[in-house]
Amino acid sequence: MLDIQGLKKSFGGVVATDSVTLGVDAGELHAIIGPNGAGKTTLIAQLSGDLRPDAGHVVFNGRDITTVPTHRRSHFGLARSFQITSVFMGLSVIDNVALAVQAHDGHSFRFWQPATTQARLRKPALEVLEKVGLASRAGTIASAMSHGERRQLEIAMALATDPTFLLLDEPMAGMGAEESAAMVSILRSLKGEKTILLVEHDMDAVFALADRISVLVYGRIIATGKPEDIRKNADVRSAYLGEA
Amino acid sequence: MTDTISARLDEHLRAPDLFGSASGRIVTLAFMVILLCVPLAAHFLGIRLQLVSLDFITRILCLAIAAVSLNLILGFGGMISFGHAAYIGIGAYCVGIPAYHGYESGWLHFPLAIAASALFALVTGAISLRTKGVYFIMITMAFAQMGYYFFLSLDEYGGDDGLTIYSRSVLDIINIENKMVLFLLTYTCLVASIYAVYRIVNSRFGMVVRGCQSNETRMKALGYNTYAYKLTAYVIAGGMCGLAGALLGNFTTFISPDMMGWSRSGELMFMVILGGTGSLFGPVFGAVTFVFIEEVLSSFTTYWALPFGVLLVLSVLFIKGGLNGLIQRGWNRD
Repeated sequence: MLDIQGLKKSFGGVVATDSVTLGVDAGELHAIIGPNGAGKTTLIAQLSGDLRPDAGHVVFNGRDITTVPTHRRSHFGLARSFQITSVFMGLSVIDNVALAVQAHDGHSFRFWQPATTQARLRKPALEVLEKVGLASRAGTIASAMSHGERRQLEIAMALATDPTFLLLDEPMAGMGAEESAAMVSILRSLKGEKTILLVEHDMDAVFALADRISVLVYGRIIATGKPEDIRKNADVRSAYLGEA
Repeated sequence: MTDTISARLDEHLRAPDLFGSASGRIVTLAFMVILLCVPLAAHFLGIRLQLVSLDFITRILCLAIAAVSLNLILGFGGMISFGHAAYIGIGAYCVGIPAYHGYESGWLHFPLAIAASALFALVTGAISLRTKGVYFIMITMAFAQMGYYFFLSLDEYGGDDGLTIYSRSVLDIINIENKMVLFLLTYTCLVASIYAVYRIVNSRFGMVVRGCQSNETRMKALGYNTYAYKLTAYVIAGGMCGLAGALLGNFTTFISPDMMGWSRSGELMFMVILGGTGSLFGPVFGAVTFVFIEEVLSSFTTYWALPFGVLLVLSVLFIKGGLNGLIQRGWNRD
């Protein structure tokens, strides 16, 4: 479904993405792990369109999207969540999600009718909030929520664009054990329904959820395989998991 | 599950109130009524006090329309334009230049003022909106200064001496040579502008513009072509301010490039910030307060700009949310 072919990106002398080739099959949950500075976020940015690669291609559903701007990729069914929580702080939770729904309900050059009274935006928004367990918080202003709740909102907004492919950049970042467990169950409920590329530090979560795992070290994929293979892989153990 | 959603849905289908809180409603309505009635009463009773005269208030109302339009992009869209006075100048010259050539119809002047301002906003916005932050501020100011020097160089229309308009725009149904009629027209335009901004910022389009202010990166990731939406808002604000310029030109019957200098743009920005950015009536509170303080201080001393500056700095530092914030909070201190 998503094919990354020989992707390269460097900043000055630093090679952040070094000939990454990777395929994500439809319906799988594919995780990317790697130590800090391995180039995970740079890779995500190229997939979402925020950064343009120096070389290589990103092919999504048979279409080369390497140079397609971010906002158009969303309309191909590709949604992302951000490592650093990226919601609309001044708006209520439901307004946040309704804006995501609205993005995929035709153009928004509609200047007169109030948006907040439209059930065709609010209802799908509430349904997504129900899914991630935030429905009771719908009226809360985003800035008044806890970090964990904002991470859930982050996922809700990605889901509300009704994507076929989810690009999740460290959804568990900064979460406590309980919040992480809640997030794992949200992601598990999405498995099979959506194709997911998950970049994550939380090893327990990754090994619990992933169908396949790729290991990124210094911008290179050093191994791809099933969780149990990755666990056994000697290169991975020395490069990343240490002696553990 | 579906039942709970439809039950919840109803409580989340509300349009925002035009006036905000309960105290906001009372104070705002009272303020707007006073703004309408006091100058009319003074006019009919023959009170010769500058501060309540029709002329003085009409000028304020023109500036208030300009501030309301600036607030649409500055307060709701996060586009800090430092060149908004350009549209006042363009709007005014769209009255002055045709009048100079003998075309006196308001049905020409007003649409022309709006269209020319919107076009200027489209061209300059298309370029300016490719930049961000302080670069955007500087480039909008630079474009406005280009407009300033353009009119300054038009010797035919007075250059820096300005241009006198010998006859106000002719509208068949009303006669705005009568200053009370012009006042009422301006007041109506102000109310219409506020209502238009209210509808726009709460529409789908407005939600997108507010989303861009809050987090443009996220808006792009959600699938919005943010540039197109921001540019549209920029053009709407430009057109609305062009109307303010046409009204101001009609009011002063004398126009000069000074109307669109960068310090004028700064004053407009200040009115918006003083009144409360991103609030519907804030720019009106800001414009009235700004011009009143300016007028009162300058009657005491020729060095009025100094205490004025101090007052402005203090108000920004200590009044959270501007005057509108103060009004919305009302008696509930927190």
